[in-house]
Amino acid sequence: MDILLQQIINGLVLGSMYALVALGYTMVYGIINLINFAHGDVLMVGALTSWAIITNAQEAMPWLPGWLLLIIALVISCVVAAALNFTIEKVAYRPLRNSPKLAPLITAIGMSILLQTLAMIIFKPNYKPYPTLLPAAPIQIGGAVITPTQIMILVMTVVSLAVLTYLVNYTRLGRAMRATSENPRVAALMGVKPDTVISATFIIGAVLATIAGVMYASNYGTVQHTMGFLPGLKAFTAAVFGGIGNLAGAVVGGVLLGLIEAIGSGYIGSVTGGVLGSNYSDIFAFIVLIIMLTLRPSGLLGERVADRA
Amino acid sequence: MTTKYRNTVLTVLAALALAILPLLLQAAGNFWVRIADTALLYVLLALGLNIVVGYAGLLDLGYVAFFAIGAYLYGLLASPHLTETFEWIGQMFPNGLHLHILWIIPLGAAVAGIFGILLGAPTLKLRGDYLAIVTLGFGEIIRVFLNNLDQPINITNGPKGLGQIDGAQLLSFNFGKKLPVTEDYDINSVTLYYYLFLALVVLSVIICHRLELSRIGRAWMAIREDEIAAKAMGINTRNMKLLAFGMGATFGGVSGTMFAAFQGFVSPESFSLMESVMIVAMVVLGGIGHLPGVILGAVLLSALPEVLRWVSGVIDLQAATGGRLDASILRQLLIALAMIIVMLLRPRGLWPTPEHGKAFKRSNGNAKAAEPALTTTGQGGA
Repeated sequence: MDILLQQIINGLVLGSMYALVALGYTMVYGIINLINFAHGDVLMVGALTSWAIITNAQEAMPWLPGWLLLIIALVISCVVAAALNFTIEKVAYRPLRNSPKLAPLITAIGMSILLQTLAMIIFKPNYKPYPTLLPAAPIQIGGAVITPTQIMILVMTVVSLAVLTYLVNYTRLGRAMRATSENPRVAALMGVKPDTVISATFIIGAVLATIAGVMYASNYGTVQHTMGFLPGLKAFTAAVFGGIGNLAGAVVGGVLLGLIEAIGSGYIGSVTGGVLGSNYSDIFAFIVLIIMLTLRPSGLLGERVADRA
Repeated sequence: MTTKYRNTVLTVLAALALAILPLLLQAAGNFWVRIADTALLYVLLALGLNIVVGYAGLLDLGYVAFFAIGAYLYGLLASPHLTETFEWIGQMFPNGLHLHILWIIPLGAAVAGIFGILLGAPTLKLRGDYLAIVTLGFGEIIRVFLNNLDQPINITNGPKGLGQIDGAQLLSFNFGKKLPVTEDYDINSVTLYYYLFLALVVLSVIICHRLELSRIGRAWMAIREDEIAAKAMGINTRNMKLLAFGMGATFGGVSGTMFAAFQGFVSPESFSLMESVMIVAMVVLGGIGHLPGVILGAVLLSALPEVLRWVSGVIDLQAATGGRLDASILRQLLIALAMIIVMLLRPRGLWPTPEHGKAFKRSNGNAKAAEPALTTTGQGGA
């Protein structure tokens, strides 16, 4: 069952990237009930920024070791993306917080198009090769292989999740976030500043998305201005799958979705006798989602509230 | 002057203006009439989506799927693709499968309507954002199938799309040919299509207006305002929601057939998620649930960027900016900015309903109480 093992590894890698992005969606949704459509594009901005830093730095300082370069690029792009997401929230979502529910959704969609267009103008529309900074030699596990980049992705995801769990459960900010998501008005009465909390949420979301974006780019080896769209969409699906507003749900949803997609596209050809090929892999997420929501509308770990949501 | 009298005069004036418009545009060039045609198609789509989103309050982000279904149905039934690909169909229709538009429009409406109900059925329990994401997924599923159904049996011709689609033909009148009026003046094909689309739009506006005033419309709005209360008052919310999905999809199907007839070519590229999003944006930007607003939104978002495309062609942006900014990029940029700025300045739309739309204004506190909260454990943090 080497194929199965290989697809499980691929699925875990893919799923952990979805999970990182899904966390951003779910945190924002948990606090201000907004599907932040521009979240996938924050991932794209992070990835493109890191690409720009790495390619320029490689030319200027070719003696810099790959791993160090990657870390520097990651840190700078996280700062850029965080600043961007902070600004987006302030400019496009905050003024609409008490408006009709669809208004912020439309500005979010507009923001997504805006970011993609600006990225296209700045970076040109072509696909750009993303440099391989870690050793490329794959490592054998059983009958399957895993690349150092993939190992890095898994490690980064686990570390990010650990930090986030600590942050949400054991810090002042985390408590404020949980309180705000429970009830912003009461939280405000208790001395929590909802605006600060929301800004912090957007910044954390942007950092997670950038990490995912840099991982995504290193794994697939290309970057482009539309690269954030599909991962964003699937990550949102993952968030809903796990029960939106629920952090553990986002992780579980992301990983499960990655596994379903990888295993599904690995086997769909042989199961259907070649009628359907792996080019259908993009619809697994949505089919799973529709079945899931039909059976359990609030998602895997969500509370049963769908009737009134 | 009484109000009623004034309204009649205004209606007549508006009708005259709409009737003369394409003839004036035609004098400036077919390009301009084409823009008007596209705008009318979008109005048709926006009116359909308004039934689902505006009246029944069900956020549908996969609406373009019905547009695609209508367009492909027309494409398959009025192009040589099927007769060329399948021998047995070719034998049955030796002269090609050129189904008449009077058959295809109801068929397109019916098939799209059925798909609308199929989509609605599993999502009945869902509201708001959950529904949005499921419908979005549905739209993507349809698009992926259109893109890939060229193997092993070639049905949709994959990414290459269907070409050589017949133009619209009503009885013996062909919309694809120019209509000679006098020796040196004739009405162009695009202008003829304008009138066809205009007729459909007028019909749709009448249907939508009647629906809004009918018991069905009231029921939809009751569901939009408060679903549980509506149920308690004896409204069959399940059937009403399915009806809304079905009716909305019907409009999408009809505009799809018109699109295929008008373009003569369909490919999956025309039915991306962005297109769905754009139609939602038209409805919301104009004024959700309000017919004049919806029409305004559709016309603005579909026509303005095209006009700007022309402007940017005149001053040759591409050369001025070193190839970084061309017409289509500028168009996208302006749409995005328009969506953000209009919403920031007028969050209820450019031309909102005077009285409806309370459901979209639900205060933050009330809505929150029923929403899932941000928790780190499985069973809530309360």
